[in-house]
Parts: sequence; C-alpha cells; structure tokens
Amino acid sequence: MPVMNMVQALNLALREEMRRDPRVIVLGEDVGKRGGVFLVTEGLLEEFGEKRVIDTPLTEMGIVGIAIGLAMYGFKPVAEIQFIDFVYEAFDQIVSEAAKMRAKTGGMFTAPIVIRAPCCGGVKGAMHHSQSPEAYFIHTAGLITMMPSRPYDAKGMLKAAIRSEDPVIFLEPKSIYRTIREEVPEEDYIIPIGKGRVVREGSDVTIVTYGAMVHVSVEAAELAEKKHRWSVEVIDLRTLFPFDKDLILKSLEKTGRLIIVHEAPRTLGLGAEIAAYIAENAIDLLRGPVIRVTGYDAPFPLVHEKLYMPNIARIYLAIEKVMRY
Amino acid sequence: MYQNPFEIRYSLEDVIEKLRLERAIGLYRIIDPDGNVVAEREPDIPRDLLLNMYTSMIRTRILDGWLLKLQRMGKVALHAPNIGEEAVSVGATLALDKDDWIFPYYRNIGVFIARGVSEEEILDRNIANIADPFKGKEFTIFGSRKHRIAPSTVPVGNQIPHAVGFALGAYIAGEKIAVLTIFGDGATSRGGFHVGLNFAGIYRLPVIFVIQNNQWAISVPAKKQTGSITFAVKGVAYNIPGIRVDGNDVLAVYTASKEAAKRARNGEGPTLIEAVTYRMGPHTTADDPTRYRSPEEVKAMQKYDPIARFEKYLINRGYLSEQELKEIYNEWNTKIEEIVKKCISKPPLSVEVIFEDVYSQRFWNLEEQLEEYRESLEVMKKLGIEVE
Ligand SMILES: Cc1ncc(C[n+]2csc(CCOP(=O)(O)OP(=O)(O)O)c2C)c(N)n1
Repeated sequence: MPVMNMVQALNLALREEMRRDPRVIVLGEDVGKRGGVFLVTEGLLEEFGEKRVIDTPLTEMGIVGIAIGLAMYGFKPVAEIQFIDFVYEAFDQIVSEAAKMRAKTGGMFTAPIVIRAPCCGGVKGAMHHSQSPEAYFIHTAGLITMMPSRPYDAKGMLKAAIRSEDPVIFLEPKSIYRTIREEVPEEDYIIPIGKGRVVREGSDVTIVTYGAMVHVSVEAAELAEKKHRWSVEVIDLRTLFPFDKDLILKSLEKTGRLIIVHEAPRTLGLGAEIAAYIAENAIDLLRGPVIRVTGYDAPFPLVHEKLYMPNIARIYLAIEKVMRY
Repeated sequence: MYQNPFEIRYSLEDVIEKLRLERAIGLYRIIDPDGNVVAEREPDIPRDLLLNMYTSMIRTRILDGWLLKLQRMGKVALHAPNIGEEAVSVGATLALDKDDWIFPYYRNIGVFIARGVSEEEILDRNIANIADPFKGKEFTIFGSRKHRIAPSTVPVGNQIPHAVGFALGAYIAGEKIAVLTIFGDGATSRGGFHVGLNFAGIYRLPVIFVIQNNQWAISVPAKKQTGSITFAVKGVAYNIPGIRVDGNDVLAVYTASKEAAKRARNGEGPTLIEAVTYRMGPHTTADDPTRYRSPEEVKAMQKYDPIARFEKYLINRGYLSEQELKEIYNEWNTKIEEIVKKCISKPPLSVEVIFEDVYSQRFWNLEEQLEEYRESLEVMKKLGIEVE
C-alpha cells in the first residue's frame, strides 16, 4: 500500500471518482494547469481534459452558482474554493440555493454539489487564510459538513461526499495537508457520512474533536496519561453535521466526562451544540462540567496563532479541570 | 508600433461601428401602440403561433387577476403581479424550442402558461394545497422539470449563475440547447448578473439573458439602478451583443429571442436582451405603489398595454375579429374560474411536510425533532388549540 499525505489522498479520491463517474466535474480558480494552489487537483486536467477540469474566473459566487447549475443539469460538480476564507461572497448561493433546492421544490430539483476548501490555521496564514467557519454551514439545514484529520479518511470521506445526493461542504485543514503520511489503499472505499471514529481509547475523559485538533488532542491525552495515568478517549467526528451522537454517547457512558476541542471561535460553535445536546439528552452521564477548548471569539491573528488555537497546554488544563472537579 | 494606452481614444462612431452599440441604445419594435407595423420587415409568423401568443397573454392576465383576488381572500400568501408585462414572458418563451430550458423569476407566470403548464398546476403551487409538488416551502416560485423550467428563487437574480452553469452542462454534454433566464432591472445591480455575463462571455455559452425592465425595483426607479445609458449596453463590456426591445411588443420580444436562441444553438454564444416594459400594478400584493409613483405616470403608460396593442394588430391584419377575440377571452375567463374553484377546494398539505425534503435522507436530529413535533400536535389537539 502506498504511503501518502492528505493532498495526495484527496487527489487520488478525485481521480478515482472522475474515472468511475463521467458526471464528476472539477471547477475552481487555478484548478487546471496549476493543479490548485495546494496541488489537490494536480494532473486532473491532463487526464480528463478541459471539459471536466474547469479553470474559472476569480469569482467564488460564480463558482458555486455555476456548480449549482451544472448539478441541476445532471453533473456532479466538485468546486474548489481556494481558501474557505473567501467563501463569503458565495454564501448566498450556498445557503439560499444549494442548501434549499431540494426543500423548496419538494425534491423535484436538487443541487448535490461538493464544495472543497482548505481551512483552519496553523500555517501562519493570518486572518484571511486561517478561519474555521464550519458553524455557519452546520447551522444551515440542507448542508452536510465534513472535515478529515488524516489521509486515509480524507480519501474515503471525499468519495462519500462526491456520491452524496446532498450538498457537502468539505473542509480540509491545510496545516496537516502534508505533515501526516500514512498508508492509503489504491482501491475503492468509503467513509460513511455521519460516522466518527475513536482515535484513542480511554476510560476517564472523552475529547470530541475533528480536523487538525485531533492530533493536538491525542498529544494532550498522552501527556495526561503520562503525568496522572488519566485515561483519555479521543473521538474524531469526521462528519461535523450530522455528527455521530451515538459514538459520543457510548464514550460518555464509559468516561462521564466531556471536552470538546475545535479551532473555531467558541460562541455558537459546534462545541456549543454538542454540549447542549448532551445536557438535553444525557445529563445523567456527566460527572463534571462540559468544557470547550476552542479558538477565541476574536479574529484569527497573524501573531501568536499558536496561542489563539487550542494547544496541548490548553487541552491538558481542561482535562485536569474536569478530572479534579 | 508602441501605443501609449492613455493616448488611445475612440470616437463614438468607432464604438458604434465596432460594437453595434446602436442596437443596445435604440428600441427595436415591430408594432406600435396602435397595432401598426413599424419595422422594416414584419416577421413571418404562422397564424397558429400568433393565436398562441394571444391566448397565452390573455390566460396569464386572467390568472394574474385571480392570484391577486386569492391573496386578498387569504388563499395565496403573496403574489407578484404581471399585468402589462405579459409580452416579455410569453414572447421569449414561445421563441424557444421545446428542448431549451428557462430560468425565470417570480414575475413570470407567462413563462409557465406559454410552456404548457396548466393553470391548475400553477394555482396548486401558489395556494400550496395538497397537490403542490413543491410542498409549500416557498411562495410565488415554480419550476417544472417536465416543462424544462427551473425553479425561480426569491433572492433577486440568484438564478442567473444557475442558468449559466446549466448551459455549461449542456455544452459539456454536447447537447445543443439554449438556456434563457429572465430577471428584473434591479437584478442587474447584483453580483450574480455580472458573474453570469462574465462567465458566459468567456466560454461563449448558449445563454439568453432577458432583462425585464419594468422601470421599477419596488420603489427604486431604473435610473437609480444603473448609470448606464441603457441596460442592454451592459453586454458590450462582456463581448455579449445587447439588444433593447420594446417589451410590450410581443412580436419584438419574440423575434429578438428567436435570433438569440439561433445564435445560442449555432455556438455563437450569449445574447443580452433588454425588454423595456412597465409594471402596471404594485410590486407585490404587499406593496403600495402610490407611495412612490404618480397615478398620472401609470395612466400614461396604459397606452402601451401589450395585449390591447396585439389585439389591434390581429384585427388590423384580419387574423381575428373583435368578436372572436372576445370569445377567446370569455372562454378562458370561465374556464379559469372553474379551475380556481377546484383548486381552493383541495385539502391542505400534511402538517409533517416541513420535515420533508431537507436532505435525501432523514438524519437523527430531524427524526428527534419530528417526534417532538408530533407530541406537540397531540397536546394541541387535547387542549383544543387550533393548528393553523
Ligand atoms: C437579494 C435580494 N434583495 C432584496 C430583495 C427584496 N426584493 C424583492 S423584489 C425586489 C425588487 C426587484 O426588482 P427588479 O429586479 O427590477 O424586478 P421586478 O420585481 O421589478 O420585476 C426587492 C428589492 C430580494 N428578494 N432579494
């Protein structure tokens, strides 16, 4: 099995899906000759030609709006937004059109597009190359939102997104595009939408997280284990909405303690939703407060980004707090 | 030879010559308000099609009147009247082949009628009764896959990039169709219009952009919507031919759209048509136009009524007598009244419909919420609280 990074795994997923289904079309800024600024679409133009790998003018609204039209025609567009930070111009098309097409037409028309975009911080990208806006999409009925944390998942998740009959926002944490390498099968497999994964087993605390924060959480868990023999379970949600509530509940039955870690700002972030869900449905399982370790409710900074983002120390402190409660 | 770009000057004659700007500034018209032919060449249109144009416009107007009434009766939530603008929807739609697609906006019931969608289907949709295929999620929008009409959308102009994407799809699939999209003058101020024209211009896509310039975007007049001399000139910058037509002259709209569709299917790319018309009624049933425009203005525009004008033409040409025109009107008036009665007596949609069609499957959150909703309905029943 070849060893790959996430960029290569995503590229493979696109390639395999384009070979499998002639309706799959890639479009976006610089996705053709250049192969995408992060090279996720590298080589696709050469293999599939200009009708299936479309370099668009610089317009996020156009990329999404045109992808919707392509989907209405019967194609399966995979649109790349160069950085998720530039998606806002297309927000109207995403939330008013793609997300609502099925509902407003009683299922007569649908817009099952995939919007792929690098997201999140950790690469000194400053404010407009570092944001984690997943909550906006999760809040919109009609959209599925996903974020992989490793190459193996990235491939299987992107394939699931492409085969989905619903529009998918597929966020790729760029800080781990190339830093994590692992074996990725060169064959067809799917990571089902809505299914999370236990990354590390534990019995004292559950950390629910996703994206690049999975790795930071695992490190914090190891530190807690080494220092206090606390046993921390780490769950990678993979699909942010609909999130894998059963996996979280099962884990909480074991641990009774919940920490949620994400890079996005705290207020009304996914952590708030998970905490509220547990408070409403499983408060009896809890032996301590639910703690959120998140980005702050401040714009993502150019300086001190490591301090802005959840880091090992902050997660470790949260573990300590809930264990000593 | 090197030329300083700051020194290059074009004379107006150059521009007109090069870009055929005169079409985008003038007003293309075939019949005048008195029903006389003013164009150099009268299009050769078979009598059947002329009759279809006429009945489509009449039916649109009668249905429009009913939708207003139904809104007052509380049977329809909102309606955007079309009175005086029928020639745009009908003329443009009938110019297309049956394989072509249309991406209309909320003021285009004429598109549906001209495409063969029945009054009953339109009324079911607008009333949102049990037969509404869209299941009551939005008002005054419609679409029909069978009739190759995309759903319109409430955010103004959002369908423009969809039409372009759809045309791109047809181009990739090798299907030779034209895609027509209609929108108001207000929509030309939004990004989607420029994005759509830009994209279609680059890829020479088979799109026909029709601006239904009815002079108003709610209370904002067209001259506050653009600084351009006309809307049709906006095509020039995108290398898209623009033509400005009398939108109350169904033959002019038809002829220009027909030419645009031919260009589209021949691979000659997009066309921009500005159809100059006038909104006789309020913006929607929620609007009071007396707050922003004078009754004199509306009265002065009445002489351009597209239906009256076309009637005069048909009589002048000897296609139909006044008596025959009256008969057509009466026939449809009676028919549509019957259909209205039928549609308002149909039962409402199921109360659970709000949970349907959110996704291709029902996720756990919606299952949980549906359960909660059912319980609340039970409690309401027990307490004797009315559901609606
Ligand atoms: C994006 C957006 N902004 C505002 C509105 C509210 N609104 C509905 S129709 C309308 C005017 C549209 O004017 P125009 O495009 O000229 O079409 P008309 O209704 O005059 O036919 C406005 C402002 C809307 N529906 N969508």
